Amino acid sequence: MLKKRIIPCLDIKDGRTVKGINFKQIRDAGDPIELAKRYLDEGADELTFLDITATIEQRKTLSKLVEKIAREINIPFTVGGGISSVEDAALIINSGADKITINSAAVKQTDLITNISQQFGSQCVVVAIDTKFNDIFDEVYISGGKIATGKNTMEWAKEVEKLGAGEILLTSMNGDGTKNGFDLAITEKIANAVNIPVIASGGAGSMHDFVDLFTQTKASAGLAASIFHFNEIPIQNLKQYLSSQNIPVRCR
Amino acid sequence: MIAIIDYKAGNNVSVKNVLNGLGFDCIVTSNPNEIQKAEHVIFPGVGEASTAMHFLKEHKLDQLICSLQQPFLGICLGMQLMCKHSEEGQTDCLGIFNSRVRKFPATEIVPHMGWNNLITTDHLLFKGLKPATDFYFIHSYYVESNDASIADCEYILPFCAAMQKDNFYAMQFHPEKSVEAGAIILKNFLTV
Repeated sequence: MLKKRIIPCLDIKDGRTVKGINFKQIRDAGDPIELAKRYLDEGADELTFLDITATIEQRKTLSKLVEKIAREINIPFTVGGGISSVEDAALIINSGADKITINSAAVKQTDLITNISQQFGSQCVVVAIDTKFNDIFDEVYISGGKIATGKNTMEWAKEVEKLGAGEILLTSMNGDGTKNGFDLAITEKIANAVNIPVIASGGAGSMHDFVDLFTQTKASAGLAASIFHFNEIPIQNLKQYLSSQNIPVRCR
Repeated sequence: MIAIIDYKAGNNVSVKNVLNGLGFDCIVTSNPNEIQKAEHVIFPGVGEASTAMHFLKEHKLDQLICSLQQPFLGICLGMQLMCKHSEEGQTDCLGIFNSRVRKFPATEIVPHMGWNNLITTDHLLFKGLKPATDFYFIHSYYVESNDASIADCEYILPFCAAMQKDNFYAMQFHPEKSVEAGAIILKNFLTV
C-alpha cells in the first residue's frame, strides 16, 4: 500500500536553516546538512529545501549546497527558491536534486512549468501555491506571500496540472507558522480538484493535526518545518502515532 | 568497474553517490567501450520514453545494451526501456523483456509517488531485507505483471516491481533513494 508522506521543510537563508512565522520574524534553526541527516535518521520520507533569499549571485552557492545534500541523503529531495528558467532548474537537478519547486515564476511565466516538465519529466516539477482566503475567494499569492495575484487557487491548481506539474505544494498562509492545524478546507478542495499528489503545508502544530489531514483530506503528504526543527514532534513518534491511528506510513 | 549509462535522462548523480558511499568505484558514461568493459552496468533514468529511446538509438547504445553479457540493472525508466513497447509516446523499446509498459488508469492519483511495499520472492536481490519493506516509487507508467517478475507491487492495480532474465535485472522503484534497504539491493546486485 502506498504510504502517506511526512516531509520536513528547511528554509535556507545564507546557507543556514531559518524559520519565520506567517512568512515573517525569521529565526535561526541550524546547519541544513546536519538537520537533513537528523531527519533522515528519524524516518523522514522526503525533504524540501527552500532558499528564501535566492538571488542570481547565490545560485552557485545553492547548487554547491545541493551537491552536498545529494552526497549525504539517500531519500528524495526537492529544492526551490528563485528558480525562474529552465537553466536554473537544470543546474539544481544536475547537482542532484530529485525535484524542483517553482512558485512566483510559474505564475509569471506559465510555460516554464511545461518547459521544465518536457525536459526533465513532470515528476520533478512541484508547483508551490501559497494561498489565502481574501473574504471572497481563495487567492494565490506570490513573492513569499507579499503579492496577491487575483488568481483563484482552485483554478490555478487545475491549470498547473494541465501545464505539466507533477505535484502541488499547497501552503495556506492563514495557517503558516501558527500551529493551529492544517487548513483542511482548502486542502480538501484542491486535492479533489486535481489528480496529482497534493502536499499540504502550513499550520501543523500537533501529531493529531496530521491525523486530521490524512483522514479528512486526500492529501498525499504533510509538510512542516518548525515542529520538526526544534524537535517538538520527533518524526519517529509522529509516524508511530499515525500508524496507531491506522494511517499507512513508512516505519523503519 | 561499474558503468552507469548516461543517456541524458534524469540524474545519475544519486546512483553514483550511493555506490561511492558503499565503497564501489563507478563511472558515468555513454561511451560504448567503457560500457562494454564494465563488470556491472547500471541503467538508471527518469524522463520520457521516446526521447530516451531516440538518444539510445542515435548513440547506437540500443544494440550495445541488448548484446551485453555482464550483470545489467535497469532502474525506473531504465526498466521500462528494457521492455518491448511503452505506451509513453507509443515507443518501441529494447525488447529484452517481452512485456509492455502501460499508463496507470486515472482512477486514482497519477503518478504513483512515494513509499510502497514490495511483494517479493526469495530472489537473491532481496537477500537480507525485512518483509514488506517500503521502497520509493515515482512513475506514471507501469510494467504488467509477467513471467520474469521477481517482485510485484500494488497501486491502483498489481504491477511488476522487479524482474530478471539471464544477466538482465530491472526494478521500477529507486533503490538509490530508498535508504539502507535500497543499498542492500544494490549490494546484492553488485555481488552477482
